[in-house]
Amino acid sequence: MTIKGKAYLVGAFEHPTRKAPDKSVAQLHAEVAKGALEDAGLAREDVDGYFCAGDAPGLGPMSMLDYMGLKVRYMESTETGGSSYQVHVSHAAQAIAQGRCNVALVTLAGRPRSEGHRGTAPRVWNPNMPDAPFEEPYGLVTTNSYAMAARRHMHEYGTTSEQLAWVKVAASMHAQHNPNAMLKEVVTVKDVLDSPMIADPLHRMDCCVVTDGGGAVIVARPEVAKSLGRNRRRPLVRLLGAAEAFKGQAGGDINLTYTAAVVSGPRAFEEAGVKPPDIDVALIYDSFTITVLMILEDLGFCKKGEGGKFVSDGNLISGSGKLPFNTDGGGLCNNHPGNRGGMTKIIEAVRQLRGEAHPKVQVKDCKLALAQGSGGQLGTRHVQSTLILERE
Amino acid sequence: MRKIPAPAVNAENKAFFDAATNGKLLLKFCNDCKRSHHYPRALCPHCFSDKTEWREGKGTGTVYTWSVLRAVPDPYCIAYVTLEEGVTILTNLVDCDLEKVTIGMKVKAVFKPAEGGAVVPMFTAA
Repeated sequence: MTIKGKAYLVGAFEHPTRKAPDKSVAQLHAEVAKGALEDAGLAREDVDGYFCAGDAPGLGPMSMLDYMGLKVRYMESTETGGSSYQVHVSHAAQAIAQGRCNVALVTLAGRPRSEGHRGTAPRVWNPNMPDAPFEEPYGLVTTNSYAMAARRHMHEYGTTSEQLAWVKVAASMHAQHNPNAMLKEVVTVKDVLDSPMIADPLHRMDCCVVTDGGGAVIVARPEVAKSLGRNRRRPLVRLLGAAEAFKGQAGGDINLTYTAAVVSGPRAFEEAGVKPPDIDVALIYDSFTITVLMILEDLGFCKKGEGGKFVSDGNLISGSGKLPFNTDGGGLCNNHPGNRGGMTKIIEAVRQLRGEAHPKVQVKDCKLALAQGSGGQLGTRHVQSTLILERE
Repeated sequence: MRKIPAPAVNAENKAFFDAATNGKLLLKFCNDCKRSHHYPRALCPHCFSDKTEWREGKGTGTVYTWSVLRAVPDPYCIAYVTLEEGVTILTNLVDCDLEKVTIGMKVKAVFKPAEGGAVVPMFTAA
């Protein structure tokens, strides 16, 4: 069963905070839920489906259902790291198409900045992880995991640090217009190359920010969306295609030069019935500059190995480049709440399709958006999730 | 010098770390599909057969990719090394000039004590 046209994004809200020492994680989840409901023009009582990932405190969805006083008939807590929220929107659309709920709420929140998290420290999720004994002793962390993918991509395709830097430059050009962005300063290629080496070949400015905060979206069936649209007098945002895909270490058959977007991308495009050149704005997971470059190749925006050339010379900058990306400033400059960047990609896609992005970055006549999630690590195992959304 | 975090040894992977204590690098080999794999499992990740056995690897290979984590008090080099047996494993490059590491560089296994008494294989320039 296709989800094409079966569900709409009717509410979206990004928490304005980037540092929340005085709030709890549960509170942040509830605040973004409230914000998304207000954006949609819905009441808490309208929500009959709830989706959350591992950032939600408690056992699966239970603590947050209890905290927020939600009475739902459908719930799901698929955990694929930063790509969870694209997966949730896709699964919410499937549940709606099956008649299992009408209005699904998806929330994300976290406060890694207040809790002192760094991308150079190891994270172990569970003592029984089968891979951890073969990774933890070697000091595998987020930054050096992506750095190994970047190094191999450079080796095979001649990708350069200058080309990677252009991804950050484009994000910073957009972030200057976002009053809530953590980093609002425009940077140059030289600034990126001069920033301290974190895990070579990745510099500090190749890495995303660590922020507190969160975001929420509401997925609803067409009848609900259309009735809300009449009240709100704004364009509707319809889900056209969605897909998720996993890539791991394959028992030691390692190839770090591509991502699982080679699978999720074509599937989502096929369901949507559109092609990469049709996309007006691309919201691409940007944990690191290399993440964007590889995903753009794998989604088919350029040929494999030509991502470096594609992102260079401002090609990702709204207004001048061919493919405007991460017009909110992305995870590289704006926000990466809870170390999970998928949600903010969906939220900015909704803003763009409604024409509610900042005027300086709003893509003219924006009809089709792609929002890409990436969870886990490109250096070991990850899930890519692709959403294609349309203005109606 | 960076402290090596202890691996979480369990019933399935214990033989690997026991062998490392004796200076041996073990790989899992599948008697059905005739392929090696890593990290080691009881069930082959290639064909899902349970007819896997431990085999001693030669402990030599080449660097597939690497990165020196510099933003820490004791920088260290993480790497994937492709072994002669065709399996690529995550490791550290040690006891060599980290400014001279290259992709394709020949390396050989060395064995280093981790915290808590276990020994883990690492690699150095061959």
